Amino acid sequence: MKRNYGPLYAVPQSAWLLVFFAAPLVIIVGYSFLEKGLYGGVKPHLSLAAYRELANPALLGVAFRTLWVSVAATVVTLIVALPCGYSIARSHNQSLRLFLIIVPFWTNFLVRIYAWISILGNEGFLNDILRTLGVTSESVQFLYNQWAVILVLVYMYLPYAILPLFTSIDKFDFSLLEAARDLGASRFASYRLVLLPNIRSGIVTAVLFTFIPIFGAYAIPLLIGGKDSYMLGNLIADQVTKTRNWPLAASISMAVTLLSGLAAVVFLFRSRKGEAVAEVAESGMDSPGPVGRGGSASGTGGPAGATGATGLTLEVPA
Amino acid sequence: MNGSDVAVSALRKSFGSFEALKDVSLEIRKGEFFSLLGPSGCGKTTLLRLIAGFEDPDSGAIAIDRRDVLGLPPDKRRCNTVFQSYALFPHLTVFENVAFSLRLRKVPNRLLKDLVMKHLSLVQLEGHAHKKPSLLSGGQKQRVAIARALINEPSVLLLDEPLSALDAKLRQHMLLELDAIHDKVGITFIYVTHDQAEALSISDRIAVMDGGRVLQVGKPTEIYENPKSDFVARFIGDTNIFQGLVVERCGDIALVEAEGFGPLLVEANGDGPVGARVRVAVRPEKLRISREAPQGGLQGAHAAAGSEINVMRGSVEEPIYSGFQTKYYVRGENGMSLVVFRQHANWSEGRPDIAWKDDVYLSWSARDAVIVETTAGHDEGGGSAP
Repeated sequence: MKRNYGPLYAVPQSAWLLVFFAAPLVIIVGYSFLEKGLYGGVKPHLSLAAYRELANPALLGVAFRTLWVSVAATVVTLIVALPCGYSIARSHNQSLRLFLIIVPFWTNFLVRIYAWISILGNEGFLNDILRTLGVTSESVQFLYNQWAVILVLVYMYLPYAILPLFTSIDKFDFSLLEAARDLGASRFASYRLVLLPNIRSGIVTAVLFTFIPIFGAYAIPLLIGGKDSYMLGNLIADQVTKTRNWPLAASISMAVTLLSGLAAVVFLFRSRKGEAVAEVAESGMDSPGPVGRGGSASGTGGPAGATGATGLTLEVPA
Repeated sequence: MNGSDVAVSALRKSFGSFEALKDVSLEIRKGEFFSLLGPSGCGKTTLLRLIAGFEDPDSGAIAIDRRDVLGLPPDKRRCNTVFQSYALFPHLTVFENVAFSLRLRKVPNRLLKDLVMKHLSLVQLEGHAHKKPSLLSGGQKQRVAIARALINEPSVLLLDEPLSALDAKLRQHMLLELDAIHDKVGITFIYVTHDQAEALSISDRIAVMDGGRVLQVGKPTEIYENPKSDFVARFIGDTNIFQGLVVERCGDIALVEAEGFGPLLVEANGDGPVGARVRVAVRPEKLRISREAPQGGLQGAHAAAGSEINVMRGSVEEPIYSGFQTKYYVRGENGMSLVVFRQHANWSEGRPDIAWKDDVYLSWSARDAVIVETTAGHDEGGGSAP
């Protein structure tokens, strides 16, 4: 008899997640139900105060702004990533182009943010060019507003959208586009009616990979943004470091986690219907299909949750 | 629905350094079932894609109903294509696949439904309207693809090896159905295939292609019985090819001194003057194989006046039994190997009692041998033309 050791292989990853994801999450949940300490920390008294404070209109305003910035950045990312993924999938040197997409990851996240500051700043690269060309005489204020934040968020999360989109477009049967053209569809209609529905799983993954981390963004709005781009991530951090209201920071974190988690589940569930069918279709066409698909779909849950978690852990220990 | 005629002239198309089409001209008639037949890489699919509008030629012209269609995108041509891989939309049901072009044209719902159901019944798939393509068998997918292409009322239907993904039995069946559909809708079918049996059995006319050129256009019987080149003779079915010089003419019969064989009687019909270098093809089913010497034949001697029978003595090198017939490779005394089919039709033909290493006689009439290529010249190796 052969034993099935399959489940054992998951032990290292499970242990890792238990220590660095589940345990901190439990601590945060615990803190959110306690009273705040005078100089930070918590007092060991059960209290729902932190949750009552969530109804604060100022906090709701930040929440809505966060939602708007996240949606805008995600949409722009998708609009840029789709043609990019398409062109990589159709090119003859895919590996080189994918490599170029990955190259920015070699540079630290914060360094890249400061790079943008030196590009967009008042004495930055862009203003230098504008002044040299005589377009303006004074510096233009590019930094410290929502638009700069959205720009840098898009830049930062673009690879996360391009990669899954590329993967699903690469698997797409391009003769379907010819069939659509043949049946009377314009070029645009063939993309809309045939390409998009068939790369749905890639779009879903791209949305989850970008929206969730952007929703918990902290460093970019802090360094690039101004008053009009103060997001939930910043609010949480300030509760920990400045206002010293740890239970409130914990309860906001819980709200962010639950809301983005819920949004992801609803989004997945809604697109799941179409995707399940597409998956069956693919398994009919080429047998290795569903394995790859299933892999990428289950992968969706993992990193999405993990990025949500990093969004939290960034703030709490600060 | 009515068919269109399609004319292509002097078409050229290269992909990088590969010349897919080198000066192809064809006239395809209204309502015809026309096949493009050739080995892979011969340019037949490229030609089809040029007619459909998926590619543009480097030079040349394409006209449908005498109207130039070059530069028109695929959605503006009255052609529809049945793809080799079917190219059914996996996210849509069978019904929506077939309805695709009607939805684009914003056909009102009731009419759309009627039309779709009519076309699904044409291909006998009414019961599968709400299935996704992935749940269909290969033959059913093929039929959806045909219905989807026909619903647009094209005047030309382009079929790119539509049966190649099906198993042999199903292919036979779908071939009959295609024929029936062609009779019913009456439009022009242009059918790309590498399978000569398919092309012979279904086409009104066939264009045999190789290396980016059209070698011969004709009815299936012409292509089979009177191939105009060595390649066509070899590509369409098995064949025996002789090479030699015409040494004597006697009426319409030519005597050819064939390499590795000896004197060979051939019906010449104007081809092959004395001194010409010729290639001669004889189909394996035209040869008779027997243990006894046939009457009236000649071998190793000059043609007797009035005799039309060729005979070769040899021994069976390889018998290949396939049920309804046996295929024999017979090595002649002069070294030439010939292939011959022997049908096991009924009791009078006997059982396949000729076996490996048996000594046999092959015989065939000069009327069953055709000259496929003539090069005028006096010497072996083809001297300059006089």
